[in-house]
Amino acid sequence: MAGVEIGGLSTVYPNGVRAVDGLDLGVVDGELFALLGPSGCGKTTLLRTIAGLEQATDGKVLIGGRDVTREQPGSRGVAMVFQDYALFPHMTVAENIAYPLRVRRAPKARQREVAERTAAGLSLSGLLDRRPGQLSGGQQQRTALARAVAVEADVLLLDEPLSNLDARLRLEARTFLKRLQRELALTTVFVTHDQAEALALADRIAVMESGRIRQLGTPREVFQRPADTFVANFIGSTPMNLLDGVVRGDGVECVGALLPLPADLADGTPVVVGVRPEYLTVAAEGIAGRVSIVENLGVTSLVTLECAGGTLVGLTVPEQEEPAVGDALHACPAPGRLLCYGEDGLLLGAV
Amino acid sequence: MTPAWVVRRIGLYVLVAVVLAFFAVPVLWLASAPFDARPGLGLRWPDWTFANVATTFRHPYAVTSLVNSVLLCVVATAVTTVSAALAAYSLSRVRIPGRDALLYLLLLLSSVVTGTAAMVPIFVLMLQLGLIDSRFGTALVIAGGMLPAAIFILKDFVDSVPRSYEESARVFGASPGQVLGHVVLPVARPGVATILVWSFVNAWGNFLLPFLLLRDVGKQPAAVLLRTLQDEGGSADLAVIPVFSLLYSIPVVVLYLFVSKRYGFRFHGGIKS
Amino acid sequence: MAGLGVARAVGFVAPALLLVGVFLVFPALWTLYIGVTDYQLTGPAAAAPSAVGLDNFAAVLDDALFTNSLWLTALFVLGSAVVGQNALGFALAWLLRRVRPWLRRTTEGLVLLAWILPGPVVAYLWFAVLSRDGGTLGLLLDDPTTAWLVQYPMVSLVVFNVWRGTAFSMLLYTSALAAVPPSQLETARLVGANGWQAVRDVVFPHIRGHVLTNTLLISLWTANDFTPFLLTAGGPNHESEVLPVLIYRQALEGGRLGYASAMSSLLLVGNLVVALVYLRLLRRRA
Repeated sequence: MAGVEIGGLSTVYPNGVRAVDGLDLGVVDGELFALLGPSGCGKTTLLRTIAGLEQATDGKVLIGGRDVTREQPGSRGVAMVFQDYALFPHMTVAENIAYPLRVRRAPKARQREVAERTAAGLSLSGLLDRRPGQLSGGQQQRTALARAVAVEADVLLLDEPLSNLDARLRLEARTFLKRLQRELALTTVFVTHDQAEALALADRIAVMESGRIRQLGTPREVFQRPADTFVANFIGSTPMNLLDGVVRGDGVECVGALLPLPADLADGTPVVVGVRPEYLTVAAEGIAGRVSIVENLGVTSLVTLECAGGTLVGLTVPEQEEPAVGDALHACPAPGRLLCYGEDGLLLGAV
Repeated sequence: MTPAWVVRRIGLYVLVAVVLAFFAVPVLWLASAPFDARPGLGLRWPDWTFANVATTFRHPYAVTSLVNSVLLCVVATAVTTVSAALAAYSLSRVRIPGRDALLYLLLLLSSVVTGTAAMVPIFVLMLQLGLIDSRFGTALVIAGGMLPAAIFILKDFVDSVPRSYEESARVFGASPGQVLGHVVLPVARPGVATILVWSFVNAWGNFLLPFLLLRDVGKQPAAVLLRTLQDEGGSADLAVIPVFSLLYSIPVVVLYLFVSKRYGFRFHGGIKS
Repeated sequence: MAGLGVARAVGFVAPALLLVGVFLVFPALWTLYIGVTDYQLTGPAAAAPSAVGLDNFAAVLDDALFTNSLWLTALFVLGSAVVGQNALGFALAWLLRRVRPWLRRTTEGLVLLAWILPGPVVAYLWFAVLSRDGGTLGLLLDDPTTAWLVQYPMVSLVVFNVWRGTAFSMLLYTSALAAVPPSQLETARLVGANGWQAVRDVVFPHIRGHVLTNTLLISLWTANDFTPFLLTAGGPNHESEVLPVLIYRQALEGGRLGYASAMSSLLLVGNLVVALVYLRLLRRRA
C-alpha cells in the first residue's frame, strides 16, 4: 500500500508533442483517484508514465516514497487494466488471472489456488476454464480486474475501465468497482473521459487539459465550483449556462437582468456568469425569456429559454411543472450557486 | 420462373461446366497415369497397377531429388520464417529511424528484383563464392528472394496484435523473452504458420534458382529432376514421370489443405509470387 | 517504445536485411554493372571483363531477337494476364456467387489446385495435354497430327498461363465483390437494371482500384515468369522466346553474361516502373 507522488513530470513524444507538461500531483494511500479530461488531454499518457510504459522526459514519479522514474514497469509495484482489457486470447480465465504469478515462476498449484480465490471474489468462479473470447463484456472486464488484483500491487491503474461496456452494464460495473476498491483499500488511479463516471466513482478528481491539471478536488468541489470556464463546460451532464455580463454598480447586468456580484469589480468590467441549469428555478424575477424547447429527462425536464438578444438559457424543472412552449417566465439562480468568471476564464467567486 | 430465367440458368451452368472441364482435364492425368499399366500422355481410364510406383522408387535419382527438395525447403523455410518473424516484430513495434523508407524499399524489392531479372549476377555471385552445387547456398538465395514479401505478410499479422497484450505482460513483470514466448508468439501463431507454409510451397516449386545453381544431378531437387526426366524422353520414363509428379505434388496439396482447414484460407495480396 | 530497445530492434532486423542485401539488392545493382561490361561465361573476357559503356544496350535494342522477344512478352502478358486471367478470374468470382455451394467449392478448389501445384508439374501436365504424341487434346479432337506446342507455341503459352494463374484474380475479385454493399445491388435491381448494367454501374466503380492493382501485379509476375522455358524452351525457332527465356539462353547457353545483363537491366527498369505505379495506387487508396 502506497501513495503516488508526481513532481514536475513531463512526457514528450518523439514528434515533439508535450502530452504531459510539467505536472505535479499527489495521490493519497488508499484513494480512488480519477484523471478526467477530453481525448488528447494527456490523461492516458500520464497513467502510462506512472506505469512505466512511457518514459518521463523530465520530473519524477514516486510510488510509496520510492523513486521509480527509471524503473521498468514490472518492478514498480503497479498493476494495470487496459481499455481493451488485454486478456490473452490463448489462455483460459484462470491462466490469465494467474499470469503475474507465472511470470514470477510460482508453482502451478499456487497459481491455480490464487486464480480460484481471486475469481471467487469477482464472481468468476464458474468461468475459470473458458477463454476470453467466450466471455461477455462484463465478465472480460472482471477477469482483467482479477488479473490486476491477483498479486498485491501497491497501486492499481485503470485505463477507461468502463468504456467498453454498454450503458446498463456500465452502472453495475461502476458500483462493483467502487465496492472492490473499498474492500481492498487499494490506491487506484483511473482514467476516464466521462465526467459522470469520475463524479460517481472518485474520491478526488484531476481535470486535465493540454497536459496540465485545470482543477484538482473532490467531486463536489469540481461540480459546484469549477475553477475555470473549461472545467465548468466539461463537468455536468447538462451544459452549464455561460453568459456574457457587465458589472453595473454592485451587480452584473446579464441577458437583461441584474444579478448579484460575488466580487468587488470596477463598473463596466466584462465578466462571464456561469450557472448550471439544475441551479436555476422558475421565479417571479430574474432572467426573463420565452420557452422555446422542453426536453424530458425523466424526473426533470430541461427547458430552453430564448432570452433578450436571442441568448439561450437552460434550466431544469421538476416533473409535472413543465411550462408550455411559448410561455414567458423568469429564471432565478439558487443562492450560492451563481459563479462569476473573469475574462481570462478563471473563477472570481460565487454568490 | 420465366423462360428467360431458365435459359440464363442453363447458360450459367453450361459455362461453369466448361470452366470446370478446362481446369479438371489436365489435372486428371495426374490421378490416372501413375496407376496405368500402359501409361501414355493422353488421358484414359487406367489398367490399374502399382508397378510404376516401384519403378519410380528404383530410379537412381527420384528419391534423392525428393530428399534434396525437402532439404532445400526446410532450410529456406526455416531461415525465412525466423528472420522474417524477428524483423517483422521489431519493425512493427519499434520506431527505428528510417523505418518507413525501409519498408517501402522492401515492398519495392519484393516485386522488382525477381529471380529472372537477377539470374546473371546471382549465378556469377555463387560461382565466385564457390557455392555452385551447394544446396545450403541455394536455399539461402531462395530465402533472400522470399524475405521481403514474408516480412510484409508477417508485419501485417503483428500489427493486428494489440500492443496492450505486450504492455500488460510487461506491467506484470515479464522480461522481453517472456513477452515473446508467453504472448507474442502464441498470439501470432496463425501468421507464423501462414509464412511457414507459404515459404515452403514457394521454395518447393522454385525451378529457376536450383536449375541455375545446382548442376550436379545428385544434388538437384525434384523441380529440376522432373525437367531432366522430360528432356531424356523415352517410354521408360512414362512409368516414372507420372508417379514422380504425383509424389512431388502431394506435399504442397496437403499443406494447403491443412492451412485452409486449420486457419481458413486468408487472402493476402501478393502472397504467391 | 515497446520494451524492445532500438539496439535490440536493429539486431532483430539485421539477419533479414543481410540476406536481402546479399541476395537481392546486391545482385540488382550488379546486374546494372555487368550490363556495361563484355563479361563472358568462358574465354578471355571471363577472367578480365572490360567496361564497354552503353554498347550492350545499343546492341540489345538493335537485336532482332530482343525486339522479337519483347513483342512476344507483350503478347504473353496481354493475352494471358491482362485479358485472360483478369477476365476469367472476374467471371468466376461473379458467376460462382450464384451456383450451388458444392459446385462453387469444387470449381474454386480446382482453380486453386492449378495455382498451388509446382510449376514443373503444371508444365508437364500441359505438355501431356498438348503433345502430338497421344496428347489429351489430340484425343479429344480426334486430331493426332497437330503438334500444338510447335505449331501454336504462343497460343499454348497463353492458355497455359491462364490456366495456371487465374486463381489469384479469382480470389482477389471474390473478396472485392464481397465488399460491394448488397443494398446497392438491390437498388440497381429495383430500378430494373440487368446483370450487365449492374456490373457496369454498381460493381465496377467499387472494384476499379482492385482491377488496376490486380492487373499490375499479374502483369509483373507474368512478364518475369520462367515457366514458359519448361513448356517450349523458347522454340521452335525463337517463336515463343519470351524475355526471361531469352535472358537465360543468352547468359547460360550463349555465355554472354554482359549482354544478357543489359537485357536484365531493361527488365528491371520495366519492373520498377510497374511497381512504382502499383505502390502509388496502393498509397492513394490507403
